[in-house]
Amino acid sequence: MRPAHTEGVEGSSRLGGFARRLHGVGPLLGLVALCIGGTLLNPDFATFDNAMNVLTRTSFIGIISVGMTFVIISGGIDLSVGSMAALIAGSMIWIMNTLAHGMGGFTLAPLAIIAIGIVLALVLGGLFGLAHGLLVTKGRIEPFIVTLGTLGIFRAVLTWLADGGALTLDNNLSDLYGPVYYASLFGIPVPIWVFLIVAAGGVVVLNRTVFGRHVQAIGSNEQVARYAAIRVDNVKIVTYVLLGLCVGVATVLYVPRLGSATPTTGLLWELEAIAAVVVGGTALRGGEGRVIGTVIGAILLSVIANILNLTSIISVYLNAAVQGAVIIFVAFLQRGRR
Amino acid sequence: MKNILRALGALTLAASAVSAIAADKVTLGVAIPTATHGFTGGIVWWANEAKKELEKAHPDLKIIIKTAGGAPEQANQLQDLVTVNKINALVIFPFESASLTQPVAQVKKKGVYVTVVDRGLTDTSAQDAYVAGDNTAFGKLPAEYLAKTMDGKGDIVALRGIPTTLDNERWAAFESVIKQHPDMKVLDAKYANWNRDDAFKVMQDYLTRFKHIDAVWAADDDMMIGVLKAIDQAKRTDIKQVFGGAGSKEAVKRIMDGDKLVQADVSYSPKFIYDAIKLTAEARLKGENLPATTIIPSVLITKENAKQFYYPNSPF
Repeated sequence: MRPAHTEGVEGSSRLGGFARRLHGVGPLLGLVALCIGGTLLNPDFATFDNAMNVLTRTSFIGIISVGMTFVIISGGIDLSVGSMAALIAGSMIWIMNTLAHGMGGFTLAPLAIIAIGIVLALVLGGLFGLAHGLLVTKGRIEPFIVTLGTLGIFRAVLTWLADGGALTLDNNLSDLYGPVYYASLFGIPVPIWVFLIVAAGGVVVLNRTVFGRHVQAIGSNEQVARYAAIRVDNVKIVTYVLLGLCVGVATVLYVPRLGSATPTTGLLWELEAIAAVVVGGTALRGGEGRVIGTVIGAILLSVIANILNLTSIISVYLNAAVQGAVIIFVAFLQRGRR
Repeated sequence: MKNILRALGALTLAASAVSAIAADKVTLGVAIPTATHGFTGGIVWWANEAKKELEKAHPDLKIIIKTAGGAPEQANQLQDLVTVNKINALVIFPFESASLTQPVAQVKKKGVYVTVVDRGLTDTSAQDAYVAGDNTAFGKLPAEYLAKTMDGKGDIVALRGIPTTLDNERWAAFESVIKQHPDMKVLDAKYANWNRDDAFKVMQDYLTRFKHIDAVWAADDDMMIGVLKAIDQAKRTDIKQVFGGAGSKEAVKRIMDGDKLVQADVSYSPKFIYDAIKLTAEARLKGENLPATTIIPSVLITKENAKQFYYPNSPF
């Protein structure tokens, strides 16, 4: 019953603080090196517009990765995020189109329809996360299996909703909703602001709240956490719900970009998100991790693809190999600093 | 004892009667990939359309459609179709050429009439007939159209699909036409995986990298959607044309409506699965064979003929 064990975890985190800060420098060094390389290869890389393009693109994976950081630190995993985003996008579009065509001679204002769509996305994300959390804790099924199952379910349901084709948002709604992705606030696109807020929220929750500490404690030793009277199941469920909400937020930003969802929407996002988390210095086995590292990891992954698109020194057939090599190299840098 | 004998006799009579009818009937198996993107979604839709129409028109015809998520699954389905459903004709859209050649050959050995669609088998003796779209025209027609409308000069950026022989064929055909026009230049061609999101990113980066672009060969209607959004966002006015490919209803609609950037497309409709099922079923009902190869031509879609390529009910 005594909270001594949680205190212990905090103590060790202080002790390891210095070393951890050092090993967090790995991904940042990698990112800086990439940016210098990118500028040398093509001066257009270092323009403000290109930086905004890259950061806006990163925002979806980035937001999801922040949620994923919590799940992975607590010792879990979620493989379904890409499919979940696709299904949420599809459901949102489907509902908004249905409402736009009016039901029983009753039509809503377009703005209200979009608000309903956004709320629906967040609610769906939260519910999917809750389902994962309950299956993992109360159902006692490995998270890998639970989310591998839902990965298939979510995508299949979307494909069925879309008849294997595309769900496309009604044109009028699309024009009204577009600014959520395309508009800028003080010169910086909206998705980047949202990404910043989510990331800052993630940092505060992980490092400055009891919940954040419990997540780390569970990940480093679940048994001990249980003896320390941490409500392990509840904490785990909340991590999955948070991730679901993050996927919901990312989808709210994603839908106005193309105004459509297809069975290829969000394909392999789970791998990108997990890669961003791990490249950013979070241990895949759980217990320790950093939200800032995840943010850098996510940006790093998009910068690689951006540089490859901006140059043609390497055969296009080898693009994936370059990405793989950089990821391994950054992971190595990080390991060297440990 | 007598009763049993009589019953047995009746049974054998009945059985022979059934098999006599079965000989005239055509049970057609259709093996296709599951709907994972716009094009395969269209394949599944058109196959079901063919089943609906043809079964209604011919009471002697039964069509069984199986969709597979991968090559091994498709191979298993072929075995099931032969042993459980007792098909006597098969229309297959092979998941992969090489790995399905042997399974299809086994089916043919059992006396089933085999029509292969789109992706050719590595050993053509495993098939009776081959029905396919025209990938060379898919690359050649856009290049010729661009050369004509751009007066043989200008800068083009291109997108490619997923590294496959199909994509290579289209790209080679496109490039060979462009090479005949020394003033036309392909600035770069990157893979965007026939995916809207990837195309958006690749196009954004092209726009950052190249200050002047005359035309884009998006090489697919899904990728065209992403390209158009990226151009729209960058507010670039130098680009005069975006050419997709496959003739999706969205692209055809734009051409019909006189879109500023999308002025033409090339057909490569998933409808060829419908054609293949129809040709096979009707030929087999009469006991005839199909020609060894039937190429469903890819044609240029422009504002003049767009209407006949518009299928508003198809998902693609």
